[in-house]
Amino acid sequence: MEYSIEEVMETVKMTLYHNFDIRTVTLGINLKDCIHSDIDIFKSNVYDRVTDYGRTLVSEAGKLEEKYGIPIINKRISVTPVSLIVEACAEEDAPVQIAKTLDDASREAGIDFIGGYGALVQKGITRADALLIDSLPEVLSSTERVCAFLNVASTVSGMNMDAVIKLGKTLKEISNRTENGIGCTKFAVFSNAPEDNPFMAGAFHGIGEPDFSLNIGISGPGVVRSVVEKNRDCDLTALSEVIKRTAFKITRAGELIGRELAGNMNVPFGIVDISLASTTKVGDSVAGIVEMMGVEKMGAPGSTAALALLIDAVKKGGAMASGNVGGLSGTFIPVSEDSGMNEAVKAGALSIEKLEALTAVCSVGLDMVAIPGDTPAETISAIIADELSIGVVNGKTTGVRLIPVPGKKAGDYVNFGGLLGETYVMDVSTFSSRDFILRGGRMPSPITSMRN
Amino acid sequence: MPKYLVFITVIGKDQKGIIARISNAVYKHNINIEDLNQKVMEGYFVMTMLADMSDSSMTIPELKKELSIIEKEMGLSIQVQHEDIFKAMHRV
Repeated sequence: MEYSIEEVMETVKMTLYHNFDIRTVTLGINLKDCIHSDIDIFKSNVYDRVTDYGRTLVSEAGKLEEKYGIPIINKRISVTPVSLIVEACAEEDAPVQIAKTLDDASREAGIDFIGGYGALVQKGITRADALLIDSLPEVLSSTERVCAFLNVASTVSGMNMDAVIKLGKTLKEISNRTENGIGCTKFAVFSNAPEDNPFMAGAFHGIGEPDFSLNIGISGPGVVRSVVEKNRDCDLTALSEVIKRTAFKITRAGELIGRELAGNMNVPFGIVDISLASTTKVGDSVAGIVEMMGVEKMGAPGSTAALALLIDAVKKGGAMASGNVGGLSGTFIPVSEDSGMNEAVKAGALSIEKLEALTAVCSVGLDMVAIPGDTPAETISAIIADELSIGVVNGKTTGVRLIPVPGKKAGDYVNFGGLLGETYVMDVSTFSSRDFILRGGRMPSPITSMRN
Repeated sequence: MPKYLVFITVIGKDQKGIIARISNAVYKHNINIEDLNQKVMEGYFVMTMLADMSDSSMTIPELKKELSIIEKEMGLSIQVQHEDIFKAMHRV
């Protein structure tokens, strides 16, 4: 098979100059068969399973990085929702004990984050769910690598507002127990959470999944930005076509590496998540793509339309490239983890309200948003309810990762370090939503959910 | 034996001996050159070499290490990547 020098160099330059990489390979592991009424045996089963497969994941992924010359940034594990596997344990601290086991096992295996410490409570809360939710401040302040999630709403069940009330308080407590509220960066709240999402903090191995599932998250904001830069003068129809072709190529690379890694590990290949995932590196930014498209600053009028065009083109190219597209497959617009988003907040171009609008058409949520530490719990709950309503009504996944930063007010700078990035605290409305939120109950599912 | 094809790609300033030194290095390790292209792109010398490593006892990381000596001495950027990644990205 012959390749032109331009084709070969296009791939090489993507990696060398435009931060092309495989963002994450995440191995979903079923832990249901580790359950034991003796908590010590249970923990030992979990520890052995995670360390065994975690080590293999790290070493096999390293071999493919060398073979293809494409960096695989994160090697991670997601497990069966922990609330589910501790149901049979009498000990009230069973969730905490399992969290510590997962943390120790990940450290031992060289896995930086392990997801699945969470529960699906969109319709109601079991005893184990309640114990797990109550344990979140302790777990997120005392473990290093455990990521937590809660699914509190879905299109078919509506939204569990009692859980949402609880979450406002829980987030504040997590925040108060960790420096700069950093514990909250490891906790995502969802509506319509997918069972095969490879991205942290919200990854978990759903109950419809097999024993193992290798899921892969591509990246590529830098690559897409560079093709948009090269096509400054074309109209939006042509631009969409250019982005689609690029998305096809980067998804094919993800598909190739994912399938081969799954094969080498002798586990089933799950999905390719075609979300564009930004990093803190300058240029590897989704905001940067929108700005290159011609919007002066992310958040200015036109941003929602630009982002809608972007993700539509990415989905079309990605769907052509892989028969196994899944996970979130939207666009990430995390504020602290995307240097362009962060700059837009600093410049006053981007508000929480605009972020919410962006997520309505094209993205997966209010992500890595720092808010003032004195924001009332009910206001936090209300922001969550607003964002998740978008998911419930539109039949899509939306998520929230809010970080109330203790002692900080709007406009203050906060650095979470490393991949989590840095940001400016965003302004939150001071008008109260208390009486609405404290009504509690369950918001019924929308009529559009009745499809049978 | 099936072929084990890799692309060796070079980007850098044009100078004497780039192809000679790389060809010599791969020859020493029993790697066969299947195809070779070179061009000046955007002001840089660019070379792509398709090579078959199936008769060589070397692995890709070992070949990269060997070529990194030339890379440093000549101020180039040299990559070695298995052909499948190019097939996946550029052929339907």
